Amino acid sequence: MKPTEPLLSIDNLAVRFGRHGAYSDVIQDVTFQIAPGEKLALVGESGSGKTVTALSILQLNDPGQVAYPHGKIGFEGRDLLRLDEAGIRAVRGKEIAMIFQEPMTSLNPLYTIGEQLIEPLIAHQGVDRATARTRMLELLARTGIPDPDKRFDTYPHMLSGGQRQRVMIAMALACSPKLLIADEPTTALDVTIQLQILNLLEDLQKEFSMAVLMITHDLNMVQRFAERVCVMQSGRVVEQGRVDELFANPRHPYTRMLINSRPQRLIEADEQRAIARHPRLLEVDRLHCHFPIKAGFFRHRVGEVRAVDDVSLDLRAGETLGIVGESGSGKSTLGLCVLRLEQCRGTIRFDGESLTDLPQRALRPKRRDFQAVFQDPYSSLSPRLTVEQIVGEGLRIHFPQLSKSERRARIVKVLEEVGLDETMLWRYPHEFSGGQRQRIAIARVVVLEPKLILLDEPTSALDVSVQKQVLELLRDLQRKHGMSYLFITHDLRVIRAMAHRLIVMRAGQVVETGETEVLFAAPKHEYTQALLHASLFDAGTG
Amino acid sequence: MSTAASGLALHLSPAQRRWRRFRANRLGFASLWLFGVLFILSLFAEVLSNDRPLVVHYQGQYYFPVVRDYPETAFGGDFDTPTDYLDPYVKRLLSKDGNWALYAPNPYRYDTINYFTDHPNPSPPSAVNLLGTDDRGRDVLARLLYGFRLSVLFGFALTVVGTFIGVLLGALQGYYGGRFDLAFQRVIEIWNSMPELYLLIIFASIFQPSVLLLIILLSLFGWMGLADYVRAEFLRGRNMEYVKAARALGVTNTAIMWRHLLPNGMTPVITFLPFRISGAILALTSLDFLGLGVPPTTPSLGELLSQGKDNIEAWWLSITTFGVLVGALALLIFIGEALREAMDTRRS
Repeated sequence: MKPTEPLLSIDNLAVRFGRHGAYSDVIQDVTFQIAPGEKLALVGESGSGKTVTALSILQLNDPGQVAYPHGKIGFEGRDLLRLDEAGIRAVRGKEIAMIFQEPMTSLNPLYTIGEQLIEPLIAHQGVDRATARTRMLELLARTGIPDPDKRFDTYPHMLSGGQRQRVMIAMALACSPKLLIADEPTTALDVTIQLQILNLLEDLQKEFSMAVLMITHDLNMVQRFAERVCVMQSGRVVEQGRVDELFANPRHPYTRMLINSRPQRLIEADEQRAIARHPRLLEVDRLHCHFPIKAGFFRHRVGEVRAVDDVSLDLRAGETLGIVGESGSGKSTLGLCVLRLEQCRGTIRFDGESLTDLPQRALRPKRRDFQAVFQDPYSSLSPRLTVEQIVGEGLRIHFPQLSKSERRARIVKVLEEVGLDETMLWRYPHEFSGGQRQRIAIARVVVLEPKLILLDEPTSALDVSVQKQVLELLRDLQRKHGMSYLFITHDLRVIRAMAHRLIVMRAGQVVETGETEVLFAAPKHEYTQALLHASLFDAGTG
Repeated sequence: MSTAASGLALHLSPAQRRWRRFRANRLGFASLWLFGVLFILSLFAEVLSNDRPLVVHYQGQYYFPVVRDYPETAFGGDFDTPTDYLDPYVKRLLSKDGNWALYAPNPYRYDTINYFTDHPNPSPPSAVNLLGTDDRGRDVLARLLYGFRLSVLFGFALTVVGTFIGVLLGALQGYYGGRFDLAFQRVIEIWNSMPELYLLIIFASIFQPSVLLLIILLSLFGWMGLADYVRAEFLRGRNMEYVKAARALGVTNTAIMWRHLLPNGMTPVITFLPFRISGAILALTSLDFLGLGVPPTTPSLGELLSQGKDNIEAWWLSITTFGVLVGALALLIFIGEALREAMDTRRS
């Protein structure tokens, strides 16, 4: 194959944000090319500048904030950076199209999806509405939406996340662009849907023979989808090359770190056997949690959502039980029920005591022993409290006898334990990165030395390298204090690293349960098999 | 994230950092200074502007007329009534034979009538009455000083009471939600539809009008606007993950409301604070202007404005009052702006 003229070539691009005097250089010297019909992945952690690079191509960065000190974005002989507003508008959507991460917010809720779908056709090709409609119906059908002609006149809220992303893809393909920029197109979706969307993108790429610039943080996705990859770190491309070569032989330390930060199993085989002899800490029997569906003027009950439907589980001291499932499977509700933070039926025995019928007032002093860490470290810390107040809150309740200085000593000790230090006592949550915040959230519960911690997606909002550190921290704390974890996640790689045993949930019910390694090696239920397959596990976990 | 930026502020406690942020707003900081000085001066209005001398030295003895009443006979006068220290006869008594009297810088109280002006009332500014007199011969400067103090104190009192009730009821509504919220929202709607101004007129004719009565009446209605905002903040906040985390920690409802939801729900309260104070001052002024407010002898900006309207040619009445009102309200709003920025923990 002779070297072809690149479709898009970015030379020494620099992007700077901010106004006079307060600049920050977000992108420095980014250079890469995309050939026609090529699949290139741009990988990096949050803040590495990959989305900014993509937005610069279409000049979608806020014009009042952004400056391009030097660099060139060449696209078919034109420099996109030098085009005027009308010129770039002719490129957007027509020659280069983009799909975004969040399908929930990238469609306007006030218009039907049909209305939004025909918009690019009318704008760029001047066709009439009837032709546009037939063309878009074909495309919509091609993206695999069932009953496209029925869906055409519905509003975005009537579609699921995966369907919306299909609509976005159809919209992007409307004018048969030469380049499709996909900014984390599957991150907000469930794993099984992720796989479908990825397959769809792959098929369409071949069919339309367009180039795809895939922006992602997920290395498995890169391996699965792309031909070439650019690794970005703090505004620079640190390494680029063919996917197989780069993964087999990463040269830059950052690339190596990224590849190594995929979670490894943190549990030794003999530990599993030791734990089987530990006493039972938690026994949950036939738990039900139903939410009524009410309708009509008098809000009478017309049905119910069975969020948790007849679930039983048990957990030994020092053990981690993973709860896996897709969104809406009831795994978070189950966790809240076990901690009695949600109304439910069934029996819960914790440390030999029944929690089932205790009123909240009697439960409060016992909460010291079962604690929770939630998913989003940005919203789980009150923005108006300092770190000292946040971590000290539980101590004030459960150890009121401590003096102020004793309390501070304990806070400092636990902060050191989670890898933070004393100087942070008086700072507010917004001054920390996501990983540090999650450490604060962990410190808040560990300071009470509980017997059980509910971890509800504790690493899902974090970058991969930080994710690994937090997982290792959790394991260290578990070994040190002998705590049990109820670990809720949708991420099978994380659960494989952490859990001794696991249960798989779907629609409120347990579909399969077993020891982690056994279940991963030989899943029995077909849903578990689908889940494992969709998690892109086969793409080289080693 | 902003580790480098906040490096300097690391060793500061939250209160110190709040103060730094407040000072960073220079307009607000200057306004606080100016307003503080004016307000403290007005608190000592009795010393600055009084028709009684601060100290009298009469026949080897010291007298303090500001704190005690003395009959005229004590100073060798003829009557057994309280002394009128501005009477030229008394002034003469107090200045001969080594006697002396130290008068306040502005020798008039808000209700002192100057019977000795050269012009008919209202008399224009002169060396005797720096800002002239009103239509009853009372010194305008004295009335402005006392009126400013009363207005500001009234504004503070009304704001504190209204904010307290509004935050409390809004918080309860928002936190408990459901039926309590629904029922209470109806109560607010009914209460809101009561004609406030008519009630004020009716009450003004039943009771002796007084500052306290006005505070009570205006507080009865003033809390509703704020309660709505606080309710919305609490409704939003109670579903946040940090509240869930606090509940999982075993925190009681009261503590969740106090430590978690209240600080996060204070944004509308603090944003509205300066507007509430100026609103309260304006309410008092307007009621006085309409003649529904405080009793006639009380020093009041509104009453001065209404005199300015009746005596349109006496420019010193309306312009000075207008200046004091606008100045005070503007300073309060600048201070409020800086306060809002200072309370925002997200600013470094």
